[in-house]
Amino acid sequence: MSYIAKPKFHHPKLPRNDLGLTRRDYEGSMSTLCAGCGHDSVSAAIVEACFELNLPAHKVAKMSGIGCSSKTPTYFLSKSHGFNSVHGRMPSIATGANVANNELKYIGVSGDGDTASIGFGQFAHAVRRQVDMLYIVENNGTYGLTKGQFSATNDRESVGRKGQENAFECIDLAAMAIQLGASFVGRGFSGDKDQLVPMIKAAISHKGFAFIDVISPCVTFNNHVGSTKSFEFVRDNEHTVTATDYVPTKEEIKIEYETGTTIDVMLHDDSHVRLRKLDADYNPSDAAAAMQHIMRYQEQGEIATGLLYLNVNDTELKEKMNLVDAPLNALPFSQLRPGADALEKINNSLR
Amino acid sequence: MKINDFVIKFANVNGSGSASANSLFAKAVFRMGVPVAPKNIFPSNIQGLPTWFEVRVNGDGFLGRREGIDVMVAMNPQSWADDLASIVTGGYLLYDSTFIREIERDDIKTIGVPLTKLCNERFTVPRERQLFKNVAYVGALTALLDMDFEVVKGMVSEQFKGKEKLIEPNIDALELGRQYSLEHFDCPLDVRVQASDAVGDQILMEGNAAVGLGCVYAGATVAAWYPITPSTSVAEAFDMYCHKLRVDKETGKKKFAVIQAEDELAAIGMVIGANWNGARAFTATSGPGISLMSEFLGLAYFAEVPAVLVNIQRGGPSTGMPTRTQQSDITACAYASHGDTKHVLLFPSNPSEAFNFAMESFDLAERLQTPIILMSDLDLGMNEWTTSPLKIDESKDWDRGKVLDAEELNNVEKFGRYLDVDGDGIPYRTYPGTHPDKGAFFTRGTSHNEYAGYTEDGSVNVRVMERLLKKFNTAKTLVPKPVFGQLSQSSTMGLVYFGTTDIAIPETMNLLNSRGIQLDTMRIRAFPFCEDVVNFINDHEQVFLVEQNRDGQMRSLLISECEIDPAKIVPILNYDGFPITATCIADMVSKLLGKQMSGADAGNFAAE
Ligand SMILES: Cc1ncc(C[n+]2csc(CCOP(=O)(O)OP(=O)(O)O)c2C)c(N)n1
Ligand code: SF4
Ligand SMILES: [Mg+2]
Repeated sequence: MSYIAKPKFHHPKLPRNDLGLTRRDYEGSMSTLCAGCGHDSVSAAIVEACFELNLPAHKVAKMSGIGCSSKTPTYFLSKSHGFNSVHGRMPSIATGANVANNELKYIGVSGDGDTASIGFGQFAHAVRRQVDMLYIVENNGTYGLTKGQFSATNDRESVGRKGQENAFECIDLAAMAIQLGASFVGRGFSGDKDQLVPMIKAAISHKGFAFIDVISPCVTFNNHVGSTKSFEFVRDNEHTVTATDYVPTKEEIKIEYETGTTIDVMLHDDSHVRLRKLDADYNPSDAAAAMQHIMRYQEQGEIATGLLYLNVNDTELKEKMNLVDAPLNALPFSQLRPGADALEKINNSLR
Repeated sequence: MKINDFVIKFANVNGSGSASANSLFAKAVFRMGVPVAPKNIFPSNIQGLPTWFEVRVNGDGFLGRREGIDVMVAMNPQSWADDLASIVTGGYLLYDSTFIREIERDDIKTIGVPLTKLCNERFTVPRERQLFKNVAYVGALTALLDMDFEVVKGMVSEQFKGKEKLIEPNIDALELGRQYSLEHFDCPLDVRVQASDAVGDQILMEGNAAVGLGCVYAGATVAAWYPITPSTSVAEAFDMYCHKLRVDKETGKKKFAVIQAEDELAAIGMVIGANWNGARAFTATSGPGISLMSEFLGLAYFAEVPAVLVNIQRGGPSTGMPTRTQQSDITACAYASHGDTKHVLLFPSNPSEAFNFAMESFDLAERLQTPIILMSDLDLGMNEWTTSPLKIDESKDWDRGKVLDAEELNNVEKFGRYLDVDGDGIPYRTYPGTHPDKGAFFTRGTSHNEYAGYTEDGSVNVRVMERLLKKFNTAKTLVPKPVFGQLSQSSTMGLVYFGTTDIAIPETMNLLNSRGIQLDTMRIRAFPFCEDVVNFINDHEQVFLVEQNRDGQMRSLLISECEIDPAKIVPILNYDGFPITATCIADMVSKLLGKQMSGADAGNFAAE
């Protein structure tokens, strides 16, 4: 961890967003993670994305489970409410919170242990319910907080720090999310901020379940030679299939792209996602094809990154449940409690 | 002659469509103004196994379960021998005489009605032939027990309102049984139902329906649950009443969310998430679900998030007896989760109280910022009870507890989520999204200071734990007080009970009084125990504590929480899965007191 506390004063020249806020306003308390931990870069990318999106921080709720990754919500958006729940169970907390009030933006941060093992069930069901949230897995192929056991996202060919072999198949959470019906699925790398920040911005703007699997190396337990989740390995074997540009509502779409290689998708808040296809064959709107593509890369020992799947036509949880427009938590008692007359009718029906 | 004082039992095959005919019978007696206590004794099975429906009819309102069947309607060859054996001497056996059956008892009276034959002659569709046999025996009973036939016919018409085509064949089936009985037997028998006004304004309702409705009236907007017997009908009732009472008329959109979760962990997680966000949310479960919810209950306790959990207790341990009743989750709920964790429990005794307690649970959960566990059981939850009508106080607003809004936050210098500002151990909370700069905090299950910041400073953690204890003490002043009965200056002995045991108590006292035993009574209605509870025990030399579990769980709780001398509390236990009977309690107390007992039951019980 770094011991230098950040001064909280605002430099007059710090750039400000439309709300008059600086990046500092989106930061959290000092990180206590290992120096160089990939997770800190993800926190920084979230700060950057929220700053650029001009999000009022108090309208964001941060959710997490347990693990080094799950600690990070303390390290960004200190003006947001946060909920560091129990191991693997953040999806249910987020689901309940979302149903109670879906006017907030929900950012959930989890780890590969938190999501792919203990919380696999809850993760699957949050996806299939299309809980309107951004769900980030900071994926390091290991249990950081309990000191380096293999996780279920560790690749078959990836060896442990002491040369231990991994006998079991790896769970690809991005492919899993596509299969389970997530409407926005991306994969990033904590070392590639340029790719990550626009993807997070698009994911936050997206309505429905947005999932980003961020390969986020654990420098302490899984950054050695032979690990497929080390900085070096990911840098060398990352294969970006689509590059994401996020175009906010007010900005006109200026740049011209060669047709056929770009896809322009309008999100529910009228902002746009512009996808540049770096792999000409990749089709991010076809779930089955996208999954096949991802698996093919994996077979070759490569990691497909970028916005892997996007579907803006599905409805999210609140619509699926046909809830009233006003958040449930804002309905007054007078609208929720039927009167004594209604109760008397019920009494009569029971006589 | 047994007028308005008998037990009738229907022995059926599960899935044969007997349930609606049986409840038609019970409701008809109720409609005649006579208090009834119907009980479903059902298997954990969908089709084929034996199932029973037992109705105690009692004009004095003694509606606890009673052993000894006065009239047995034996429709199930599988359980024939046992069913016959349970009939009291001089009692009646009503059976389908289409088939020749061996009746090995000569101390009972038999009434054979050829139900199958009658129905096969009258109806053509096989399913109808099967279903109407049930209706036909109800018809027979109307003649045999002297019931008001107009009442029964009226109920059939009500039941099939909108499906008029079904009314006629149902009434035909009733008539089949009725006419046959009138022609062949000396009707009515010496067991009879006589119109009365003993029911008064009471209603007939299941506890689970009452809890579901209570949650609607409490303003709950989110229910997350996972199916499990016997709690399923709580969520279903909530959903049903919400569809009637909480759908926006113009848009057809819902002012409630019922989520069938993937398991109980997720169900309680959703409830905690929703409550954290300021919506009233609850879940309902039973036995195994309680075990699964443990970790989250500890989080809600320590992070101080309100939650309402309805526990419809069933027979344990493990999967146990899922369709039988017990009060055996008391310790598991009081101390659910690891570490020094304690929860507030409420013990309703009847549907009307369950309705009130359901509403109160939400006020308490938000006032105390902690889970409230409503401890019902299968007997209360899944049986219809004769109970006082449901009432609300329309002038009473909901109590949302200590929540700061934006304006109040403006007046706070530095918000501390876990600061004990008022000295009652209850801190102030804020809902997410309230204020741009103030009031945000980090909810965590890790040790934290008064500002919700992570800490590993042991002394800070001690401070927080002490405050939680202070809050628990505050809870003692807020939870429902005990109910006392028969308080006499003379009695040095007391009888303590809780929950559904209550229904057996008036009859128990009657039996005891007739044996010259005077006891003061106290019905515990909540944990933690308030001062009144402790005083009652201290003021008596000895108390009997009635529980429907093996280990005397409430007793342990009293001993450990109130530092009461164990010798003072004598356990009276019954945990065979059937609701406890007055005879059982009275006999155990009598034996323990060395008094004479009712001859018939001598030796028929074991004192624990
Ligand atoms: C019920 C439960 N079991 C075990 C643990 C111990 N535990 C804490 S974090 C963790 C694994 C975290 O791994 P991951 O989610 O990948 O996060 P990372 O630390 O790698 O970011 C485990 C097993 C726990 N907190 N709770
Ligand atoms: S142990 Fe690994 S995951 Fe945890 S903080 Fe250190 S580097 Fe990050
Ligand atoms: Mg990990």
